[in-house]
Amino acid sequence: MKTLWNNYRYLILRRVTQIGLLILYFGANAWGWKILQGNLSSSIILETIPMSDPYAALQMLAAGAVLATDLLVGVGVVLAFYMLFGGRAFCSWVCPINMVTDSANYLREKLGINKIKGIKQPASRKMRYWVLGLSLVISAIMGVTAFEFISPISMVHRGIVFGLGFGWAAILVIFLFDLFVLKNGWCGHICPLGGFYSLIGKFSFIRVHHIEENCTLCMKCKKVCPENHVLHMIGKESLPVLSGECTNCARCIEVCDDDALGFHIKNLVNNKNLGE
Amino acid sequence: MSENRPKKKESVTDRRKFILNMARGVGLATMGGFIWSAYVDEVTASSLLLRPPGAIDEKDFLRTCIKCGLCVEACPYDTLLLAKPGDHKPLGTPYFVPREVPCYMCPDIPCVPVCPTGALDEASVTTDGKLDINSADMGLAVVDEESCIAFWGIQCDACYRACPILGEAITIEYQKNERTGKHAFMKPIVHSDACTGCGLCEKACVTEKPAIHILPREVAMGRAGDYYIKGWDKEDEKRLKNAHEIKTTTELSKQKAADKLNGDLLEGLYE
Amino acid sequence: MSLSRREFLKSSAAASAAAAIGMSVPAELEASANAAEAGWRWDKAACRFCGTGCGIMMATKNGKIVAVKGDPAAPVNRGLNCIKGYFNAKIMYGADRLTQPLLRVNSKGEFDKKGKFAPVSWKRAFDEMETHIRKALKASGPEGVAVFASGQYTVMEGYAAQKMMKGGFRSNAIDPNARHCMASAVVGFYQTFGIDEPSGCYDDIELTDTIVSWGSNMAEMHPILWSRVTDRKLSDPDRVKVINMSTYRHRTSDLADIEIIFSPSTDLAMWNYIAREIVYNHPEAIDWDFLKKNIVFAASPVNMGYGMRRAGEKSVTPVRPDGSAGKYSAKEMETINHEMKHVVSAKEAPALEPYGYKEGDVMVNKPAGLKHWEISFEEYKKFLAPYTLDYVAKIAKGDPDESLDSFKQKLQTLADLYIEKGRKVVSFWTMGMNQHTRGTWVNTLSYNVHFMLNKQALPGSGAFSLTGQPSACGTAREVGTFCHRLPADMMVKNGKHRKHVEEVWKIPHGTLNPVGNQHIMKIHRDIEDGVVKFAWVNVCNPYQDSASAKHWIKAAREMDNFIVTSDGYPGISAMVSDLVLPSAMIYEKWGAYGNAERRTQHWRQQVLPVGDAMSDTWQWLELSKRFTVKDVWGEYTLRNGKKLPNVIAEAKKMGYDENTTMFDILFANERARSYKIDLDSFPQKGFDNSECIGDSRNVVGSDGKVFKGYGFMVHEYLFEEYASFGRGHGHDLAPFTTYHKVRGLKWPVVDGKETQWRFNVKYDPYAAKAVAKSGKDSTHAFYGPLAKALAQGNLTGITDKKKKPLPDKAKIFARPYMDPPEMPDNEYDTWLCTGRVLEHWHSGTMTMRVPELYRAVPEALCYMNPKTAEEKGLKQGELCWVESRRGRVKARVETRGRNRPPRGLVFVPWFDEKVFINKVCLDATCPMSKQTDYKKCAIKLYKA
Repeated sequence: MKTLWNNYRYLILRRVTQIGLLILYFGANAWGWKILQGNLSSSIILETIPMSDPYAALQMLAAGAVLATDLLVGVGVVLAFYMLFGGRAFCSWVCPINMVTDSANYLREKLGINKIKGIKQPASRKMRYWVLGLSLVISAIMGVTAFEFISPISMVHRGIVFGLGFGWAAILVIFLFDLFVLKNGWCGHICPLGGFYSLIGKFSFIRVHHIEENCTLCMKCKKVCPENHVLHMIGKESLPVLSGECTNCARCIEVCDDDALGFHIKNLVNNKNLGE
Repeated sequence: MSENRPKKKESVTDRRKFILNMARGVGLATMGGFIWSAYVDEVTASSLLLRPPGAIDEKDFLRTCIKCGLCVEACPYDTLLLAKPGDHKPLGTPYFVPREVPCYMCPDIPCVPVCPTGALDEASVTTDGKLDINSADMGLAVVDEESCIAFWGIQCDACYRACPILGEAITIEYQKNERTGKHAFMKPIVHSDACTGCGLCEKACVTEKPAIHILPREVAMGRAGDYYIKGWDKEDEKRLKNAHEIKTTTELSKQKAADKLNGDLLEGLYE
Repeated sequence: MSLSRREFLKSSAAASAAAAIGMSVPAELEASANAAEAGWRWDKAACRFCGTGCGIMMATKNGKIVAVKGDPAAPVNRGLNCIKGYFNAKIMYGADRLTQPLLRVNSKGEFDKKGKFAPVSWKRAFDEMETHIRKALKASGPEGVAVFASGQYTVMEGYAAQKMMKGGFRSNAIDPNARHCMASAVVGFYQTFGIDEPSGCYDDIELTDTIVSWGSNMAEMHPILWSRVTDRKLSDPDRVKVINMSTYRHRTSDLADIEIIFSPSTDLAMWNYIAREIVYNHPEAIDWDFLKKNIVFAASPVNMGYGMRRAGEKSVTPVRPDGSAGKYSAKEMETINHEMKHVVSAKEAPALEPYGYKEGDVMVNKPAGLKHWEISFEEYKKFLAPYTLDYVAKIAKGDPDESLDSFKQKLQTLADLYIEKGRKVVSFWTMGMNQHTRGTWVNTLSYNVHFMLNKQALPGSGAFSLTGQPSACGTAREVGTFCHRLPADMMVKNGKHRKHVEEVWKIPHGTLNPVGNQHIMKIHRDIEDGVVKFAWVNVCNPYQDSASAKHWIKAAREMDNFIVTSDGYPGISAMVSDLVLPSAMIYEKWGAYGNAERRTQHWRQQVLPVGDAMSDTWQWLELSKRFTVKDVWGEYTLRNGKKLPNVIAEAKKMGYDENTTMFDILFANERARSYKIDLDSFPQKGFDNSECIGDSRNVVGSDGKVFKGYGFMVHEYLFEEYASFGRGHGHDLAPFTTYHKVRGLKWPVVDGKETQWRFNVKYDPYAAKAVAKSGKDSTHAFYGPLAKALAQGNLTGITDKKKKPLPDKAKIFARPYMDPPEMPDNEYDTWLCTGRVLEHWHSGTMTMRVPELYRAVPEALCYMNPKTAEEKGLKQGELCWVESRRGRVKARVETRGRNRPPRGLVFVPWFDEKVFINKVCLDATCPMSKQTDYKKCAIKLYKA
């Protein structure tokens, strides 16, 4: 039991957070709760603190919309949070699609699809930045917030809060895509929102840190990591994971039996490094 | 990124590969972009939907609405909906279907002030510093005189009685019913200057499919053009300020004058 | 169409004469046979809803009604309808139609008052009814068996119910919901004319110059008539004036030239103001010749109470120190105590001064019945003295935000319009004047003004009571399904009348009960007092439509009694009941209705009833099979000590024996059997007749066997026997078959001709006959026979008991303004008025099941002035509590829309069983007519 908790503690916390947020949002619409109203695009906490999706705001800007003060404040709140603390935590702690892609990934592992000979990862992880750029171009050309009209994240989240419609199809497509076509396909390759948070998340203070001395090179961490290129230092040098593409999901931390990974605050780590 | 550690290779091949990759990327992006744009164009094309009170011009609305649903949550009557996949409406944007649940025109308009982006514009529903739902413009009621049973002579006016600003947005036009010789028609007449498009009339309409229905004002109304002003209506002078320099072209007049005069028409005239 | 008035009169008279002769079978009827080939059939019927009486045509296809159209040949509506009429085809087909009898049972299947409803056979249903009626007769005698009857009964149903109740059970405890709707008008007619129902007809609308609506939202409640008023206004907008008198602004104001918003109950003062203007300021306008020949002046006691419970009644005993009494709380008693004693207020003091009262005097109230006596014109003049413009304007102005000057101006104009020489005036009213604690008074006051100006019973002039229900006139009033009435204006109290009825019914002399006092509120109160042990609800919804509703529902559910409801749908009354019977609805049976202009209209059974539903006529006849001479005709002692004699011996002399059933005596007698089934000729040919020949459903009847029909034309029998009472007595109806050929006829139908203006020698053969007999040179003869001899006296009482006859004369009554028993005070500071909306009929059991009407108006709103809302901290669209001393309901605040009350008054319609406003309303009635005042009680409003 203890090991079970130990091995899944962050996963459980993440699920609790993801589902808890969904319940709060759902309750706001269904029962008029005032704790967290709106949805991931824009919301308001306790009827006072606004939060808005900075990527959506960026698209609005590209589309030529005038940005309202409320919106800018909300964007500021979100940007500040992720830039200072969260990193790309949105993807693993908040986004409801994460649960879909995680389960696709889990099943993919179970079915042994990863082990099929000759299976290729036919796409580059850079694709998301292309999509990100493209979304802004299209927003500018079409005068609408391009990604917001196709975003399966908003679709699913809105769906859960306000009614799903055919939104289940979006979930299924992503699930099947991740399962059969491309490992970590949506979150790790395509999603421009993930890309956006990768760019922002670079600056966050909270980082996963690798302590090379403890590492037994079991590589469990690399196996569970959805963006495993960010763990390039494993077994090589003691470094913080500095890539913004790390989602701070902490799977690597909890699967590591050797205390070779843990959360640290960037500056302290650096100081420590300096001190060594 | 850092996976591909620089290896020793001929720089020409490297460059070519880079250019090829770039080209492939650009190509894919262009293709994807077109499909994406076409899709976005399609889903935002629906012009037959009704927005919450205070909604700015549809084009601006589509770029400004962040699809957060705060207006939907603020609505005490569950009037507002967020477009779901399958609704054939711009995804995630708020709208309402008056036949199902109309806008009940709350005097405190709770849906508008919560909008974080200004897609619902408080100023547009404010008169003299106070929220004024009567100044909202969600659409315009249109009566189909053929299926409206009041135009048949039935004593209905359900729409009129349902109208929150009856007597202004809808009035009753009395007219003798010559067929019976002793009854009067009571026909509902919608006044576009007062109608807010709340849809209570459409909801109340007792015909199987409503004979009065709300359309976005842009769709419902024609435009006479500012080059003619009603001589009998002082108010109409206002339109004069929109009048502008006129230049006309028709099939007949598209040629330059001299070209026409020199053309081959002349011969045909006395052939 | 620009017929001059003369042409109009000619053409309408000709048309009605032609129709009456019955020679011209309308094309639609001829077509009906041919149309069967096309898969559907059109046949004429009357609209199910209001008292207007529009003619409709029903299309039937595969045994179901599929469509409706306005009947273009119907003179009332000429093919038009309002939106309720528009949906007549849909009203019978709600998903929750009752299709089989339902009884409250326990787990063993035995009747259990606290049990759940379970389906039972018709046989079981009648077994239970029989058992409980026997129990009730044993416990309380005939007074223990009661029927909530209806103004929506067909003529035949009402007659069958009345005959079994009064002739069979010897119980007069049968009273219709029309008591809530028309009783004040009726007593007004009786007292003024000596005979019921209006003198004029709808043609007055086309012929008049002035339409004054007193407490009637005609635009919503009589839409087709309103469209005729509108047409009249359009034809001559300058000449024709429309005035709306109401306690709040409603749709009828839209067309009005003048809108007078008055304070509840002050219509009394305004009528007297107009009369005073005539007598004091325009004596030249009085037609003395007319008055001398046709009118006497009369007065009646003023301290008659408000028709509430009186001290000493079982449910208000004992009185406890905290002020509560019996089953009534101290709060409720605050109002009820006015029934016994009333302190004269400053508002009413000037009006009561001629009667010797001044402000602060304690008026001791005594039930006075309908007592009145003749007074002199000088006494009447003295009575009118207080109603100066200043006084009346001060007490009558209903909108606190209107200036007194503007209100005075309007009152003055109103009086001027009435008085203007040569100007024809029609005064219409409905519930505003009828549902009134002084309803009878205000009804009679309306005639005063018309009489003095000789503007009554003339084409285009007259005070005209509009009926609410489709057959309040035709069934409730003309058939007499009231506790005190017998057919054709006869009274149970009158020995001669009883004798005549007993003879026609072929029942022993002395069978009929002479005590008829169990009016509808009394039945409720008697159930609460434990006297009535069995009550049957027919074609009405008394547990939703009666004020102080909580008391009656509690009594029905928690006391030892048995309540049966026959209905098409499960309404509140069914819910309250112990047994629910599925009734055939209107077009599932042969029937007839009579509208507000005395027009009788018949229809045939269009389709078979749904499920095992059977008509109320059938239910009554089947019940009558369960009771024999020895069961019901023995001796009884009534509550007041009076004895009903044992008439069994007498019955035997008539050829009956102890075991002859009431069915054989009252319904399947020799006369009845002479009305033959004839399926080969008109009107029976091609039409279903479930009661007479059974039908293809093979319903298992009250004896456990398939019901095969009575074998005679019961509908024709019931109608003809009923009609025989009125023929020759000013109530003449045409033969049954004639009505199936024409679009209704206005009675009296004499020599095949209908009557447009009664009491007018020119138009009414009875009036002509009267003047011929008396030799009086008069244009009018008010020949109504009731109360035609009066003692003499002054305002305060009788001075000479000797009764002086007043042949062919009508009466002008001195009746003062008085406060209602409950008025807004510091705690309950707002007036509540209830009523209907166009979209829904009464308690909504039918219209709330029509999806379009439900969608149009799904809930009852609390209409109030925006300032009232602001004062109470309420917001448009939010829920508020409406609370009176009797109970509270939650309703949504509406400060906009169709009804715009002044500050201090709210309007809540009563159709919505979820906004059960009758929990809040007060069951005060006009003490003379016993009609409940739903238009005023005091409430408070607060946020829910």
